[in-house]
Amino acid sequence: MPDQVLFAMEVMLNGLMAGVLYALVALGFVLIYKASGIFNYAQGVMALFSALTLVGIMEGQVPFSHLINAIFGTDIHHFGWHVPALVAIILTIAVMILFAWLVQKVIFRHLVNQEPILLFMATIGLAYFLEGFGDLMWGSEIKRLDVGLPQGINEWIDLTTFEAFGYGFFIDNLDISATIVAIFLVAGLIVFSQYTKQGRALRAVADDHQAALSVGISLNFIWVLVWSVAGFVALVAGIMWGAKSGVQFSLSLIALKALPVLMLGGFTSIPGAIVGGLIIGVGEKLFEFLIGPMVGGATENWFAYVLALVFLVFRPQGLFGEKIIERV
Amino acid sequence: MNDMSQGNYTTADGRKIGNTLMEMKNITLRFGGVVAIKDISFDIHEGEIRAIIGPNGAGKSSMLNVVSGFYHPQEGEVWFRGEKRPPMKPYEVARLGIARTFQNIALFEGMSVLDNIMTGRLNHMKSSMFSQMLWKGKAEREEVENREVVEKVIDFLEIQAIRKTPVGRLPYGLKKRVELARALAAEPKLLLLDEPMAGMNVEEKEDMSRFILDVNDEFGTTIALIEHDMGVVMDLSDRVVVMDYGKKIGDGTPDEVRNNQDVIDAYLGVSHD
Repeated sequence: MPDQVLFAMEVMLNGLMAGVLYALVALGFVLIYKASGIFNYAQGVMALFSALTLVGIMEGQVPFSHLINAIFGTDIHHFGWHVPALVAIILTIAVMILFAWLVQKVIFRHLVNQEPILLFMATIGLAYFLEGFGDLMWGSEIKRLDVGLPQGINEWIDLTTFEAFGYGFFIDNLDISATIVAIFLVAGLIVFSQYTKQGRALRAVADDHQAALSVGISLNFIWVLVWSVAGFVALVAGIMWGAKSGVQFSLSLIALKALPVLMLGGFTSIPGAIVGGLIIGVGEKLFEFLIGPMVGGATENWFAYVLALVFLVFRPQGLFGEKIIERV
Repeated sequence: MNDMSQGNYTTADGRKIGNTLMEMKNITLRFGGVVAIKDISFDIHEGEIRAIIGPNGAGKSSMLNVVSGFYHPQEGEVWFRGEKRPPMKPYEVARLGIARTFQNIALFEGMSVLDNIMTGRLNHMKSSMFSQMLWKGKAEREEVENREVVEKVIDFLEIQAIRKTPVGRLPYGLKKRVELARALAAEPKLLLLDEPMAGMNVEEKEDMSRFILDVNDEFGTTIALIEHDMGVVMDLSDRVVVMDYGKKIGDGTPDEVRNNQDVIDAYLGVSHD
């Protein structure tokens, strides 16, 4: 096989892996949007915040240490213990559930039946608040996150492809784990929404609030639940991005790549988020590889958005979104 | 001769009517300066079909919304099963065993008929989320039991043929029936029907009337219904409350109500002065 084709294949595979991460972030958006019609701009920051919290707990960091030290003139930063990854993950999930409850209690409870644009503005506010809060709570330096996932080149793939094509593919073990975790996460979400009482209630709320109330579903409970699940998805995305490139504040910007993913896949479709993520991931890597050199590179910054724009023109509801029909 | 207004009697067609299930005491509901319901009291006996009728804008739907917790009256008390009910959210009322349908149909359009009706069983499911995800033991038994109830309701309302159809694709008359099925699946102690025949043709109205009677007869479900169309109601109900301009102008058996001068005036449109 010619080298060019092999390179392109490798690029495509890496694109798929990157796409999985985009899909993970997009999934969090879809969950909340479906259940409450809120486009949650803060989803990316939630990924950042959960990753920060996870690292903080694992390292035994004292939360708000800067604040405490400034007020009391002390000099404490660490508790001096280390928490195992699994325990820290469970604690972080608890923090995200508390966060979901607070968001519902303090913000969205009071905004029921408001215009979507108002809800959207509220999530923008929430995003910047949470970013600042995360900074205050855990500090702003870049942190290394290692929850014990395998890292580095996958030797087996490298060797096998080398023997087959005379060229070894470079695939990161971390990307492979991310893919596996994502598959389990999505399977879990599907089982949850199809086979549990809460999942059925969630679908009911997504469909019709009034009807949901009449069969005894508490909207508040469902919204806390869905924000908790979105928080959990954010944590998974945060772990994967964090392990890849360190936990840093640019994480919340990367998350905005989920926007074109959603335009492509449809805002209300879980399969759409996944397929959209993969298309964007592969598309931008391949485009950079094939066309990038001709236009001076750095196409990854804008390619996804342009692709989404083209899609918007021809299929405004996205690949899997519900078709918008206005009856006259 | 039993006094029907006190409950505890057997109807001419052999149905047993029990004690008071629900009592509304001096309910007044205002929206800003507008008085939707003015000092209305009435009761509902166990096992009866109770109708609330009145011309457009009489406050019937508001009354039903008070019973189901969607509106909260400024004055008055709601008693249910011998206890005064504190102000409750609609979902809490539903959990008490009061199911309802809506005048303009509130179904889950994107879900199948079966899934819609299954939502009526949500409050009968007790097993934990994780055992349901793993489909184990208690969760599986529960799912099977709930499915049995739902299948019974589906058979009863003769909607077997459309059980897998997404509700959004159904014609209006069938949607109304699915909504009734969902409410029935909850095995409610009190079933509230908000204009169950609205917008139906004669044949559909007859079907619906038959289902309402059969539900009451077969399951002994207490039913309170609102209707605009006086004719249908008179054949269906044991007792009727008549409302006009937010006030109660009549209460009694269909015959009593039919001969009530205020009711005749309200329906024939005598000027209010």
